[in-house]
Amino acid sequence: MHGDPIEQAKQAGRRLHSFPGGLRLRHNKRISCELPVERAALPPRLFVPLLQHSGREADLLVAVGQRVLKGDPLGRLDEAGGLCVHAPTSGTVSAIARHEISHPSGMEGRCIVIKPDGLDQWTKLQPIADWRQADPAALRQAIRRAGIVGLGGAVFPTSVKVREAQERGIHTLILNGAECEPYISCDEMLMREQPDSIVLGARILQRAVGAGRTVIAIEDQMGAVHQALQAAVDQAGVTDIDIVRVTTIYPEGGEKQLIQVLTGLEVPSGGRPTDLGLLCQNVATATAVARAVTRGKPLVERIVTVTGSGVRRPRNLLAAIGTPISNLVDQCGGYAEGAARLVLGGPMMGYALASDANPVIKAANCILVLTDDDIRPAQPELPCIRCGECARVCPALLQPQQLVWTVRAGLWDETGEAGLADCIECGCCDFVCPSHIPLVEWFRFGKSELRRVERERGRAEQARHRYEAREARLAAQKQERRSRLEAKKRALTEEGQKQQRIAAAVERVRKRKEGES
Amino acid sequence: MLTAILSISALGLLFGLGLGWAARRFRVDSDPVVDRIDALLPQTQCGQCNYPGCRPYAEAIAAGEAPINQCPPGGEAGIRALADLLGVEPLPLNPENGEEQPPRVAVIDETACIGCTLCIQACPVDAIIGAPKLMHTVIAEACTGCDLCLPPCPVDCIAMVVRTPAPGAWNWPRPQPGPSTAPRLPAAASRTG
Repeated sequence: MHGDPIEQAKQAGRRLHSFPGGLRLRHNKRISCELPVERAALPPRLFVPLLQHSGREADLLVAVGQRVLKGDPLGRLDEAGGLCVHAPTSGTVSAIARHEISHPSGMEGRCIVIKPDGLDQWTKLQPIADWRQADPAALRQAIRRAGIVGLGGAVFPTSVKVREAQERGIHTLILNGAECEPYISCDEMLMREQPDSIVLGARILQRAVGAGRTVIAIEDQMGAVHQALQAAVDQAGVTDIDIVRVTTIYPEGGEKQLIQVLTGLEVPSGGRPTDLGLLCQNVATATAVARAVTRGKPLVERIVTVTGSGVRRPRNLLAAIGTPISNLVDQCGGYAEGAARLVLGGPMMGYALASDANPVIKAANCILVLTDDDIRPAQPELPCIRCGECARVCPALLQPQQLVWTVRAGLWDETGEAGLADCIECGCCDFVCPSHIPLVEWFRFGKSELRRVERERGRAEQARHRYEAREARLAAQKQERRSRLEAKKRALTEEGQKQQRIAAAVERVRKRKEGES
Repeated sequence: MLTAILSISALGLLFGLGLGWAARRFRVDSDPVVDRIDALLPQTQCGQCNYPGCRPYAEAIAAGEAPINQCPPGGEAGIRALADLLGVEPLPLNPENGEEQPPRVAVIDETACIGCTLCIQACPVDAIIGAPKLMHTVIAEACTGCDLCLPPCPVDCIAMVVRTPAPGAWNWPRPQPGPSTAPRLPAAASRTG
């Protein structure tokens, strides 16, 4: 256990370990796994948000009335390495308007409204002819061009992650198929139906980052998936891809938790898996990479689980980015009686949406419709009784009962030291709290505030620099003016003395002349 | 007796010289207390505290000439931090200095600007750019929202606008007391073990 962490990380998946805390939750996945994945019909209008990841809105690349082909870039964000949002189908840009963007705040953002022409015609694609011979940098470029982000929910730009991996050096690629949150089954269906494409994506990513080995982690409850993936690996004839079944315990699908299960090592606080020589990607991201490299297709669609007791026929749909959620629910037989709440994401980490006009975004893995029976009745918050249950279930080994105090009191320095940044917002503490304290709400608020305080400090620091620079400049200008003035005064007096001397000389000469005459 | 007097005097002289040398050798130019107070001030350089900038106010606090409750942009949180640092009781913000406001940014109505450069000279952080008889504009990122550019403007073409966060910079709100309206629905994920 005490050897070199990199060496230990190389043994990823050979022996299974465990992470602290966590919960065993009822799975609720089977209901959406009975029907095969079906392509969702194109709606009359697609709403593609320009904000689909943390940061700011992408810069607009199209104008109203412009005709676009499927896969044409619509918006571009340079900060994220030139990440693009692409047209999900061919058609006309009918408007660029403010619309719901499936954001947790419920606020509206700029959307490109596309009226599909029904042809679904691809733009000119630039696939890589033979990825086996391709330069890793070229593979990364293809991933970047395709606008691929982590599809597990974090929507971090994949090309940025790959670049970091290329720079730091990676020995093992981990494909995360351990979708631990109840209800969500889009990754499970993907692994069942397209195992070849996952294996292909794994091999391409492996080449792009120079990893020697891939571990595909799946849950032990996914029976059919293991055989499908194993068959795909055998068919590809590769020996460096291992499939590992991990125990289903929430939240083992979190990146840090999965790495801990596979290697027994903790990703250091504030660190990244690359510190251990690991790169973790979601399985759906791997298929997107395979499509982008071998066929040149950008990320314009994803599998979405539409489920919950509020939907008549729960299933997984392959939906174009920008499809309004109402269209997906209609395709699943519409709302069942008593449907009360619409959630984007799973029951533990998802957030409620105010309307089903919100569009599918790159991060949307699950649309959960719940009835009144599913919702915990609103209960008043009671004082903390210090039972410590939250600390027992915390997978990040934090002390939620202490953290919530510091967040409430606004003690930001203490909050940072207590490790709020390590909270993964999994919701375990909240779930077990007998006093119904909305712990994760506090932690999300606290994280926002920590970032805000940090930003304000940066701004104050900048203002201080600018103020000091200005003071220095003004002082220098004043000094310069004074010395110029003095020089002039001196020159004037010198000039005066010269004039006097000349006058005196003239006077002398005159007197002498007068004496002579 | 004489030996004792001599040796004690010699020691005193030696230590005196040592201390004198150390005082010169390790002299600290600026007062660290002033730096630490200055670090807690919001650096808007607005002058609402009746001092010409944050640093002069910090110097006045350090010298005991000014109370800690004269900084409206710092607000209650700023006063608390100052009280913590200086070990004094926090005071309520002095209303004579102004009231706490959300962060703002100056915006020049560029059609009305006559290019007089007066606001450029007034800006304490050089956040306005422009030239005589040409339009001026505010570097929003550098603006501290100090209001100092407003009085000199002869055509009143500068407005203070509350900084609105972009959707990307959105912050989770503070949880409100009462039954939770949380979007998260743990009951749907019942526990099995």
